[in-house]
Amino acid sequence: MNPVSVIFKRELASYFSTPVAYVFIVIFLVLANAFAFQLGGLFERGQADLRPFFDFHPWLYLFLVPAVAMRLWAEERNTGSIELLLTLPVTQTQAVVGKFLAAWAFVGIALALTFPIWITVNYLGDPDNGVIVTSYIGSLLMAGGFLAIGSAVSAATRSQVIAFIITVVICFGLLLAGHPLVLGFAKMALPQWLVDGVAALSFITHFTSISKGVIDLRDLIFFGLLIGFFLYATSVVIDLKKAD
Amino acid sequence: MIEIKNLTKRYGDLLAVDSVSFTVGAGEVLGFLGPNGAGKSTTMKMIAGFLTPSNGSISVCGFDVEAQSLEAKRCIGYLPEGAPAYGEMTPAGFLRFIADIRGIAPGAREQRIRDVVMRLGLERVFEQPIETLSKGFKRRVGLAQAILHDPKVLVLDEPTDGLDPNQKHEVRTLIQGLAKDKIVIVSTHILEEVHAVCTRAIIIANGRIVADATPDELEARSRYHHAVTLRGDDLEGLKLALAGVAGVGEVAIDSEDKVVTAFPRKGQSIFAAVTRLIQDRKLAVSEVLLERGRLDEVFRTITQTGARS
Ligand SMILES: Nc1ncnc2c1ncn2[C@@H]1O[C@H](COP(=O)(O)OP(=O)(O)OP(=O)(O)O)[C@@H](O)[C@H]1O
Ligand SMILES: [Mg+2]
Repeated sequence: MNPVSVIFKRELASYFSTPVAYVFIVIFLVLANAFAFQLGGLFERGQADLRPFFDFHPWLYLFLVPAVAMRLWAEERNTGSIELLLTLPVTQTQAVVGKFLAAWAFVGIALALTFPIWITVNYLGDPDNGVIVTSYIGSLLMAGGFLAIGSAVSAATRSQVIAFIITVVICFGLLLAGHPLVLGFAKMALPQWLVDGVAALSFITHFTSISKGVIDLRDLIFFGLLIGFFLYATSVVIDLKKAD
Repeated sequence: MIEIKNLTKRYGDLLAVDSVSFTVGAGEVLGFLGPNGAGKSTTMKMIAGFLTPSNGSISVCGFDVEAQSLEAKRCIGYLPEGAPAYGEMTPAGFLRFIADIRGIAPGAREQRIRDVVMRLGLERVFEQPIETLSKGFKRRVGLAQAILHDPKVLVLDEPTDGLDPNQKHEVRTLIQGLAKDKIVIVSTHILEEVHAVCTRAIIIANGRIVADATPDELEARSRYHHAVTLRGDDLEGLKLALAGVAGVGEVAIDSEDKVVTAFPRKGQSIFAAVTRLIQDRKLAVSEVLLERGRLDEVFRTITQTGARS
């Protein structure tokens, strides 16, 4: 069996071997629905779509995904099992990718469990299911981006709490980069190309664009590069901090 | 075969391992000794491919640990210090994970696991989460993991730490029983262990090798080597009598153990003379012991003066 899939299986199983996973999934589902119905007025809008539901995903992920990512490497370093893992015949890249994919699959499972809301809108009305599918894909990609950042941060510390806080701060910055308010300020101070650059870095810009129903290659490349970059960073950080 | 050349590791300003070179051949069981902080674990971490050396090279089974790290790691079984494992897993799940990642064929897997579980007496805790196991059982799981793929080279960092006397004995038997074409490197603070299992001992202090010899040779360096120890009631009387024997240098009383020891002058053998003395003078002696040499004393002398061998 491929080492990546062996690590993937072990990691994913380890999520479900503690109650934390189930607590996480429940919180995720409760918040996802609460945001959509209470704040987003999913029903009151009188439209059969899941816009309000997906609009809150970035903010939901801001706190929940770093909570998944924080244990990726920090725990491994704290218990010393990193020494075991990295002296098995696997490359560091395989270990980084295997662990990342397991975390991603875990968030994916939580996301998939929101399917009742999809069924509900289909029952109540006639939504554009194509848009909903791309929105789910966009949401998953965004979660992957958050996770990859969290993975790199987690590799830099033994403390899961510190990993969590730093990841939230970085992700918050990347979310805000696309916010109209921030872009408005930026426009006053910065040249247009820089403003566009800032906007292009934002998760929200790309997520919104995908969740409109069109999967643009640029958005895919954005998330792909982002994930690739931060996984590479994870590997570099592990090398640098392995000794302590 | 393990070849280590000028191996050096720096942690910032601290020189943890300082230009260490040695070669270990098949069939050798190398004991790694040294005071706390000497650099034993650091050296082992580099051999196992976890830490990158600051300088120097390591080759294991003909593979350079840095350039051909996967091949090298395949032929090593490694027990890190403290035997870390994934606490939420059971030994069953953990060993299956190790078997899969080490590429043990699915058909042979369960048999292989049953073998090591039996050898290390893990049957009773096979389905219990590792984090709830006692220290000794955790260590055994770590050992099971290290020998699972029947590696050519075993690197064990304090394998008997925390084990009960029965298990210590088991582990020593296990190491002795490994096929004769294997290489074992064990670090330990238990000096009797060196005699029990090692064919060779390296003592390091402050990151440098200060002695590299067989356990017998090390013992021969002890001032107790070939000394004679007597147990009796009248220690002062025995001391006086011993001092008159030809070849005896110093005579020392150990009032704690209630024994008196006669040290031979360099190169002299005094055992026969002392036994004759006892018989001739009908000395009241309850025990006579010919000392082989005391490793702990050699260890202290060597590591404290830091003298090179
Ligand atoms: N990650 C690290 N960062 C800085 N210094 C370290 C690190 N790891 C070890 N050291 C230092 O390197 C030296 C050698 O440590 P090492 O763990 O190799 O000793 P050891 O011989 O295994 O000791 P012990 O018998 O206590 O296990 C020590 O002075 C230790 O403090
Ligand atoms: Mg050590």
